[in-house]
Amino acid sequence: MKARAPRSLTALATAALMYLHLPILFVFLYAFTTEDAAFTFPPPGLTTRWFGVAAQNQDIRQALALSLMVAAVATATALILGTLAAGAVWRTKFFGRETLSLFIVLPIALPGIITGIALRSAISVTGISFSFWTLVIGHATFCVAVAYNNVIARMRRLNPNLLEASADLGASGWQTFRYVLIPQLGSAIVTGGMLAFALSFDEIIVTTFTAGNQQTLPIWIFSSLVRPRNRPVTNVVALLVIAITFVPIILSQRFAARTENQ
Amino acid sequence: MIRSLSTYLYTRRRFRLALLLALPVGWLVVVYGGSLGSLLLNSFFKIDSFSGTIDRSPTLETWRQVFTDANMAVAGRTIGMATAVTIASVLIGFPLAYRIARYTSGRTKTALVLAVLIPLWSSYLVRVYAWKLLLASEGVAAWAFNIVGASSVLNWILALPIVGGPSLSTSSLGQFIVFTYIWLPYMVLPMQAAVERLPESLLEASADLGASPATTFRQITWPLILPGVAAGSIFTFSLTLGDYIIPTIIGDSSPFIGLAIYSQQGVAGNLPLAAALAIIPVMVMGLYLTGARKLGAFEAL
Repeated sequence: MKARAPRSLTALATAALMYLHLPILFVFLYAFTTEDAAFTFPPPGLTTRWFGVAAQNQDIRQALALSLMVAAVATATALILGTLAAGAVWRTKFFGRETLSLFIVLPIALPGIITGIALRSAISVTGISFSFWTLVIGHATFCVAVAYNNVIARMRRLNPNLLEASADLGASGWQTFRYVLIPQLGSAIVTGGMLAFALSFDEIIVTTFTAGNQQTLPIWIFSSLVRPRNRPVTNVVALLVIAITFVPIILSQRFAARTENQ
Repeated sequence: MIRSLSTYLYTRRRFRLALLLALPVGWLVVVYGGSLGSLLLNSFFKIDSFSGTIDRSPTLETWRQVFTDANMAVAGRTIGMATAVTIASVLIGFPLAYRIARYTSGRTKTALVLAVLIPLWSSYLVRVYAWKLLLASEGVAAWAFNIVGASSVLNWILALPIVGGPSLSTSSLGQFIVFTYIWLPYMVLPMQAAVERLPESLLEASADLGASPATTFRQITWPLILPGVAAGSIFTFSLTLGDYIIPTIIGDSSPFIGLAIYSQQGVAGNLPLAAALAIIPVMVMGLYLTGARKLGAFEAL
């Protein structure tokens, strides 16, 4: 059993945790405020009418649909790329292996603005026009790292005897792949996918640089903040973004914990 | 069919590897790597001041515009903020990392690590926005200062040069609080991992030999967790260096490198200058990574 922590240490640690988590709770509160022009605390009154207003707003509905589409397509693309890359790096040594690993993490290690402006200048040089697909390219680029990290971590823990046993028992390469490898990797791929989806859904920086006049939900929020308008509705949309990213994150963690216990 | 194909793939290792690598390498090395290359390329173009179009004959003109006093002041400001945020993240993050690593286990530890991890994945923009609500002059922070009867303290802080401003949400102090809040988890996680690896026996030996807790910290704990701190600082430093969202939403609209890149690209439509400015954080990070590598940061990631 571990020793008891000093009181002062616990107090400082608790304060740090509160610093990380309390602010977001105020977004919940302000989604219900009756005030529509300022951020007065405590709110003068509470109402649910902004949820109705937000639901009726065509811009918000379109932005939500676009964000979900981009996140879904980018996640699928990133999962394919990340899993293939993990498959290549796992148990094989080849020329440029380290370089490939570097390029996989670079899009999330570099500030988003570098990735964003790099993609924008490439798109501008090649003369491709900005569209839904340039958004997907941008998002998939930084989502690959998440997919790759999850899959490669699982592969490294995979017992190689399983694959050998399968071959010894007469399974073909395909059967080993289908009945041994895929079930082992499945949950890692799902976890990676959920995290990639959450990451893509609320991304703003790379999005800004790879979008033409498309408006994702984060871009809608950002433009509402820069030119203050629709304040109470912005609060509701902020709440929506939290909810939509929170669900896959929690699911992925439960999923990962369950596989770990098996 | 599938069977013979899979046998074929199993026996031809090089072909199988090529098949696995084609897409990821094509995307990340060719498209993304190529994009980074085109960023460098664009910085040697210039904007035609009459037509506003990009002149694609190689020139150093754009680079000359980068090294002006104004831009260097912006770079200095940004690097100063990144440094302050990194130091604050170490100070605030250490007790949390240490508490999780040394005094929790099992489910509690999993839950606490998750509590630090969740903010990394969720709603970066909304988390910045939350501070707009907190720091506004009529918002939560001002209300809290008022309740405890410390409004004069708040006013005194806001009246300070450099850190102050009309309200917390339009001050450098507010910016600093939000930057630290956003990037703190990146520091806590590698620090916690580093404390986990700290051998208990060393700490006990140090205490047995009569060292005070402060001496033990200075002589044992700190040198051993330094690689973790360096690893975390790569993120807190690099991400502060390139951010433009926080300075747009919070603060007195004095420029940061990220903001300068964003406005050159967007409002001014000067992609070459934006590209050249973007090389600054890349170069600073290059230097930083070289230093961090010496401290063993890459092994601690």
